[in-house]
Amino acid sequence: MLRMWRQRVTLTDLVIWGLGILILVGVVWGSIQTLRLGKYTLAIWYDLIITGLALGGVYALIALGYTLVYGILRMINFAHSEIFMSGAFTATFAADALYQAGWWNSYPVLSLLIVLLVAATVSATIAFSVERIAYRPLRYAPRLVPLITAIGTSFFLQYTFRGLYGSGQKGYPDMDIFQGAIVFGDVRILKTQLVAIVGAVIMMVILFSIVQYTKIGKAMRSVSEDKETAALMGIDVDRIISTTFLLGGISAGVAGILFLILFPVAHFFMGFVPGLKAFTSAVLGGIGNVPGAFLGGVLLGLLESVGPSLFLDGLGIPAPYQLKDAIAFTILVFILIFRPTGILGERMAQTKL
Amino acid sequence: MPILEVDNIHSYYGHIHALKGISISVKKGEIVTLIGANGAGKTTTLRTISGLMKPRHGHVRLEGEDLAPYKPHEIVYKGVAMVPEGRRIFTRLTVMENLEMGAYTRTSKPEIEQDLDRVFALFPRLKERRRQIAGTLSGGEQQMLAIGRALMARPRILLMDEPSMGLAPVLVEAIFDTIQQINKEGTTILLVEQNALMAFSIAHRGYVLQTGEIVLQDNAENLKKNPMVQKAYLGME
Repeated sequence: MLRMWRQRVTLTDLVIWGLGILILVGVVWGSIQTLRLGKYTLAIWYDLIITGLALGGVYALIALGYTLVYGILRMINFAHSEIFMSGAFTATFAADALYQAGWWNSYPVLSLLIVLLVAATVSATIAFSVERIAYRPLRYAPRLVPLITAIGTSFFLQYTFRGLYGSGQKGYPDMDIFQGAIVFGDVRILKTQLVAIVGAVIMMVILFSIVQYTKIGKAMRSVSEDKETAALMGIDVDRIISTTFLLGGISAGVAGILFLILFPVAHFFMGFVPGLKAFTSAVLGGIGNVPGAFLGGVLLGLLESVGPSLFLDGLGIPAPYQLKDAIAFTILVFILIFRPTGILGERMAQTKL
Repeated sequence: MPILEVDNIHSYYGHIHALKGISISVKKGEIVTLIGANGAGKTTTLRTISGLMKPRHGHVRLEGEDLAPYKPHEIVYKGVAMVPEGRRIFTRLTVMENLEMGAYTRTSKPEIEQDLDRVFALFPRLKERRRQIAGTLSGGEQQMLAIGRALMARPRILLMDEPSMGLAPVLVEAIFDTIQQINKEGTTILLVEQNALMAFSIAHRGYVLQTGEIVLQDNAENLKKNPMVQKAYLGME
């Protein structure tokens, strides 16, 4: 019995498990310490949770683009972070124009709709074109080929937009109606955060309904499972794949505006970190799974926001908030090692390719 | 004019010459069967008809129209539906959603409702399980679903690729009874089978395929009596 166990468990496994346990103990011990020392008031905890939810909503919307494309093509669209950036960056110019014209604060709802439309249109157009130009010719190539193409596309888009809009940072004007906070008892929510949370939830519900209940959504799920049989049902597989990229692009565009409402600065590299975090969210929730993207996004946002204070502060680590990215990517590594299917994901072996 | 006319087609897998000049015709209202051993080219023939493979030479015509310029999904719109080999139902969709995908090419709601009733009348089991995830159905039920799904397209010709595969003998009989019933209700069927005895029991005519060529064609009665067929496909000496 013991010998069998020793044969099956390698040294690497032991090291990884050891690391996992070490981190787990650290997290638990740190949390106990933080709570015991009472470094933070309840109001601060609420604040961190809400910040996490708002950020998580944005991650979830970007993650949706990764998950939809993965579900249908079994490829990670690494250019998705640039699809997000392109919409958001372009929208700052529209926002600027509206601000100059004095519409920004006199017609805030209309202005918001316009920038949303600009961002969603730009992102969706780029997503659609990327699939058409870069991925479709490689549909039947080995899996590594489109992956490398995606990374190349990502650089191409970054530097194209740097060429177009410059390498400087571009501010996104604040809106008067989003200034200030709403207070519910002990809980104080910034209006910008409320907008991000509500906006993300609405978008997620819309997209989930499309995938679950519409004819095109059902066709997307059929194509995701078996392209050839889907074609035998009369489904135009290429068109469904284009639609998937469009939907991913639209949600990335909306995510871009929500992101700018929270962090009002755009630049050509702004997609990289949120994109990577959203990819982490998608993996965490179970890539290919729409509710999983939402769950993963919200969870990652929360862990990133609450985590540093809760886990790290108690261990006496100075300036723990600077380690929030380390927390996010540690999660990515450990999910990939211990549960590559994510929280809601199914086993890859069961999915037909 | 036949509904389906396969005219001297040659299909290849890379360099492998899989179909060496196959000609088949199916008239309206018929059940025509295509029998042969593994690798004889039965599935390849169906894949070529449905457009999943393009023939290098020869033509596939549906009521006189050459199907060569059409993609597989467009051929479905023309009226060709298929029950693929190994069922290939969408395991993660519900039974109902699978049937809806079968009706993907259709637009008239009342007609779809009508066909849904017809499928449920043929397969009451599917009605009981319509909200169930299709992957949880038994093999026989999955075959029923695959047939029902193809019927939802209201095809002018139904291609069936080994509907008896992997099913218990009792179920095979039930499925073949249903196929016959579907045919009597007016659907033309091209049936590919390894189970030659069952195929001849319901078919009007048949073709025997060997290594990519048609070696024999006749009505089902005569094929059943043919000594070569009896020896090779019916297990008689």
